[in-house]
Amino acid sequence: MIPSLPRPLWLRTATGAYIGAFLVFLFLPLAVVAVFAFNDAPYPAPPWHGFTLDWFLGNEGKGRTGLFGDDELLGSIWTSFVVACWVTVLSVSVATTNAFLIERARFPGKAALSLLMLAPLVIPGVILGISILAFASRIAQFADDTFGLELDFLRPGLPLVVAGQFSYIVAIATLTISARLKRFDRTLEEAAFNLGASRPAVLWTITLPYLRPALIGSAAMSFLMSFENFNTTLMLVGADSPLTIMMYGRMREGATPVLNAVSLFLMVASALLALTLMRRPAPKAAAA
Amino acid sequence: MLGLLLAPALLWLLALIILPHVDLALLSFRERIAPREFQTSFAQYRTFFSESIYWQIFVRTAVMSAIATLLTLLLAFPVAWTIAKLARGRASSLLFVVCLIPFWVSETVRTLGWMILLRESGVLPGLLVKLGITAVPVEMLYHDATILVGLVYTSLLFMVVPLVGSLESLDNALIEAAYNLGGNGWSVLRKIVIPHAAPGITAGCIVVFMLTLGNYLTPNLLGGKSSQWFTEQIYNQFIVRFNWEQGAAFGFLLLVLSTSMVWVGLRLSGQRFGEVMRRS
Repeated sequence: MIPSLPRPLWLRTATGAYIGAFLVFLFLPLAVVAVFAFNDAPYPAPPWHGFTLDWFLGNEGKGRTGLFGDDELLGSIWTSFVVACWVTVLSVSVATTNAFLIERARFPGKAALSLLMLAPLVIPGVILGISILAFASRIAQFADDTFGLELDFLRPGLPLVVAGQFSYIVAIATLTISARLKRFDRTLEEAAFNLGASRPAVLWTITLPYLRPALIGSAAMSFLMSFENFNTTLMLVGADSPLTIMMYGRMREGATPVLNAVSLFLMVASALLALTLMRRPAPKAAAA
Repeated sequence: MLGLLLAPALLWLLALIILPHVDLALLSFRERIAPREFQTSFAQYRTFFSESIYWQIFVRTAVMSAIATLLTLLLAFPVAWTIAKLARGRASSLLFVVCLIPFWVSETVRTLGWMILLRESGVLPGLLVKLGITAVPVEMLYHDATILVGLVYTSLLFMVVPLVGSLESLDNALIEAAYNLGGNGWSVLRKIVIPHAAPGITAGCIVVFMLTLGNYLTPNLLGGKSSQWFTEQIYNQFIVRFNWEQGAAFGFLLLVLSTSMVWVGLRLSGQRFGEVMRRS
């Protein structure tokens, strides 16, 4: 069971075979998606008809719309990107203040509050979505009835999508950042104060640089989780569809390999993001 | 200073978590009696219990999620063990990273992969025909087993990470000692490994069960019309039929189920919520 104990040959072989099979199971779906992005056929299915770049470069003239000619799909990537940027900025800033609140401040009810901050992690995304949808609609209705105000941002649409994704992503970012702040050696701050630094100067030159890996890690994670979110987004989406919603709609209709092309694009993008992060001494927490 | 730090947290929790859920509860306890006129009632919950289709789907979702959680645990445990105990140094961290990679990719993409693999005109049915196992391509999508495969696949990461964490902290000397004292593989697993890894196992199971229960995409696309997943009922009531009161009641029931399973899981393993969440 452990290296220091002798293991019979059959057990070692079985372990190796299992790990091999497990890795095939993990990567087979991704490999298939990538391969059929280049198949010269109108459907992402075997048999193999030869290599083509039509699903990337094709346009109206060729009778096939590739990824870079598909304005609807490109638009949804842009929508996802904008939403993810908002969610990232909001999540990381609020998570940073939360981390200081949990690790530094003292006030009655702190234990309850820090427990409550974990609650969004155990609420299914669909329910987060509908509860925010219902609540926002109630406020919008109330504003309309009482003041005659049209609060469009409270109707299904991108502002609500941002709010919905933020509501739980910030909880994860808070965990990452406060875990690092907890390990911070406070004598460093005291030394800086002794040397005459002001409070903002200490924060800017000592504490925040120390938190940097956690800030970058949680920013990347927030961006990725926002970009990939489906459940919460589905309930709150309005006229502009983010990429996951758009892909879902097309997958139900039985779409062309252009979906494989956009998927491959996503895989490459996340791989690049992962590589840039791993080149830094990234916190392991970024993986979770 | 305290106020400044407190404001964003309170705003977030009040405006996006607490008040919306209170509102959802209120919504579920009312009934429309005329256009724009409502009264308090249990009608929505009564519908759930009297229409057998709804509670059957509810129970089915819970049971399938439990099966998926158990399968994920069984599949992930040997891998986590290999990463934490058998592989050394670089090999171990490489294997860990390799196991995480697929989860950097969106669930939509992974589901697309399974659809291409399993649909009647897809890769695996074609392969089975070529190997002479089946005469004609069989439809491998839209079965319960397909949904389970998809759910387990999506959940693996959330099981592997906490398991590796809890197994790494297990001292090898304890296992050696147990063997010296006459233990065998099974008794060591039962008396040493599982008790030590219990926090990780609980954390993984709670997260996986909750994510599976609340999943919409995988059951919907891999199960098609026969998926019968409870989140689809919530979506139908809210978005398709615009019957928010009914949808809110369904949502609340799902929330109660998910929360009580988290509670039971913590109770069974005697752990605190905060520690478990920090671990995963």
